[in-house]
Amino acid sequence: MTPEQIKGLYELLEQITGFIYPNEIEIHWSILIVVYPYITGLVAGAFILASLVKVFNIKEVQPTYRLSLLTALAFLLVAPFPLLLHLGHPERSFEIFLTPNLTSAMAMFGFVYAWYLMAVLLLEIWFEYRRELVIRAGREVFPLNWVHRALSLFSTDTSEASAAFDRKAIKVITIIGIPSAFLLHGYVGFIFGSVKANPWWGSVLMPIVFLMSAIVSGIALVVFLYMVLTAMRNEPIDMRCLDKITSYLFYAVIVDFSLEALDFIHRLYQSEESVKILGKLITHKLFMSLLVLQILLGMFIPLGIMILAKWRKFNEDMRKLLYFTSVILIQLGIFSTRWNVVIGGQLFSKSFRGLMGYKMEVMGIEGLFVALILLALPFLILAILIRVLPTKRLEEEAPTAA
Amino acid sequence: MTRMNKREFLKGLILFLPAGGLLTSVAREAGAKPEEKRYDPANHLYGMGIEIDKCIGCSRCVEACKAENDVPKEPFFFRTWVERYVITKDHGVIVDSLNVASKASRETPQDDRDVLRSFFVPKLCNHCANPPCVQVCPVGATFSTTDGAVLVDDERCIGCRYCIQACPYGARYLHPQTKTADKCTFCYHRVVKGLLPACVEVCPTQARIFGDLKSKASRLVRFARMNKIHVLKASLNTEPKVYYAQLDGEVR
Repeated sequence: MTPEQIKGLYELLEQITGFIYPNEIEIHWSILIVVYPYITGLVAGAFILASLVKVFNIKEVQPTYRLSLLTALAFLLVAPFPLLLHLGHPERSFEIFLTPNLTSAMAMFGFVYAWYLMAVLLLEIWFEYRRELVIRAGREVFPLNWVHRALSLFSTDTSEASAAFDRKAIKVITIIGIPSAFLLHGYVGFIFGSVKANPWWGSVLMPIVFLMSAIVSGIALVVFLYMVLTAMRNEPIDMRCLDKITSYLFYAVIVDFSLEALDFIHRLYQSEESVKILGKLITHKLFMSLLVLQILLGMFIPLGIMILAKWRKFNEDMRKLLYFTSVILIQLGIFSTRWNVVIGGQLFSKSFRGLMGYKMEVMGIEGLFVALILLALPFLILAILIRVLPTKRLEEEAPTAA
Repeated sequence: MTRMNKREFLKGLILFLPAGGLLTSVAREAGAKPEEKRYDPANHLYGMGIEIDKCIGCSRCVEACKAENDVPKEPFFFRTWVERYVITKDHGVIVDSLNVASKASRETPQDDRDVLRSFFVPKLCNHCANPPCVQVCPVGATFSTTDGAVLVDDERCIGCRYCIQACPYGARYLHPQTKTADKCTFCYHRVVKGLLPACVEVCPTQARIFGDLKSKASRLVRFARMNKIHVLKASLNTEPKVYYAQLDGEVR
């Protein structure tokens, strides 16, 4: 153990109030484990937005369909990294696949992840782009034509019948995909919700709260990306699309808030053994991140802004500004939600008699810097994905080219 | 040089054959001895009894454990530790760990007149029969043995720390050198040789009683017969095998 680490632990000792079990001084799940559910939530949410188009046939949302799929993919590709970097022995991580302990919720990660990536997301994207890739490859020059040819898995069929099959396949995959997206993120919630030793986590509502907040964050992210992309391309925003998505976002935030409020009231009313220490946790340790960031800035203010934007007949520019502000605030709020669950759940002793502190590393492998890189990486991947797999359909592109 | 005649040869043979047979059987017996004595986990089920009133808070158990099991010396890693409870006349409860000089414990000098009752509670892994740590380990590195110990295979542990989160007793830590989960083993390496765990061995007041629940002659069975016993956090249904006598309701 390095002298710095020991010094760090002695510093943490000074932050303890009340009594904690001596082994509890170290916060074991760091900022990287905050990033992990945040990222998977974005994946699930973006996918569910995409499925609105295909399963529920909501035409207004079509302009964001491909963007949602690619966003989900970009974030899903990064999702395992925070987990890997956090492990004491990342080189042994394959053991989760080789000898999974079937009673462990965490052991299912590999399988849920592989299923979602391979069987849902990649397949749906392939069917969505296949025909177009064949046509594009025919028109382009090296090397892009070869990239597209390879991505289409050397398919050559551009007939109407093959396109009809693609559409059918997408519909089937999306129908399987919605429960899969629920599984992916609900399962992350279950990892926390099933820990009976920790009253802050152990709640049957946890997977559902995770899921609703995932939908909120995913939709908000796609709105953000859509607005940024159109601005970068100097294109007009489809306001019907934006109004529609933000109204879904509005309802999702309300459901999310209601669930969290239910959880809170339920705990308060049941007033179990842990209620006092959880009260102290909120007032002493999570005041800023829970009450100010998550609830006030991340929920109430965006809800207020969206009500304002819908109620008053503002012009388009004003609405865009209001929507843009609220999706950024929502993103901040959901990140705080993850923080409050993961870090908050480790700031009180399981003896229910004391509180600990968390001192985030900055440069270390489990520190802020790595977390920021992991949060930025999906955007980089997305930029490359959009280059290779355009978010606009071929037929939409034609008029601009002309 | 004298030559052996036929008669002497036969006489020698009569003596040699039974003697040789005897020797062979003795040798076989001797070879078989360790075979019969080989440790069979199926014949044992270990647990520990703790008599709160006997604990004087000397922390020799903690020191012995650290020395025996290569637990890091820093006061943040413990396989066993001792808690001190002071319950005041106004029903306040002040707890601290004797082995950690936290700010809170330094700042609470007690006026004897305010103390209603006070006692020490040795803590360690409860080697639960229904262990949440074993349930959550994604790779099966934490496991229950047939003889009732919960152990960690440090060559398999991936260091995800889910078990540390799942343990309601704070009995686990991440070993800073091996980067794997670590905890009390009941000194399994000693127990299988018929020795007592280090903490039990050194306890000057015999506040810790180690024994085999499957043996009627075991001190632990006698302890359980003579005392009203309680386990920690019974409501969590972890079924601990560390049994406390004279446990106060304030202890969590």
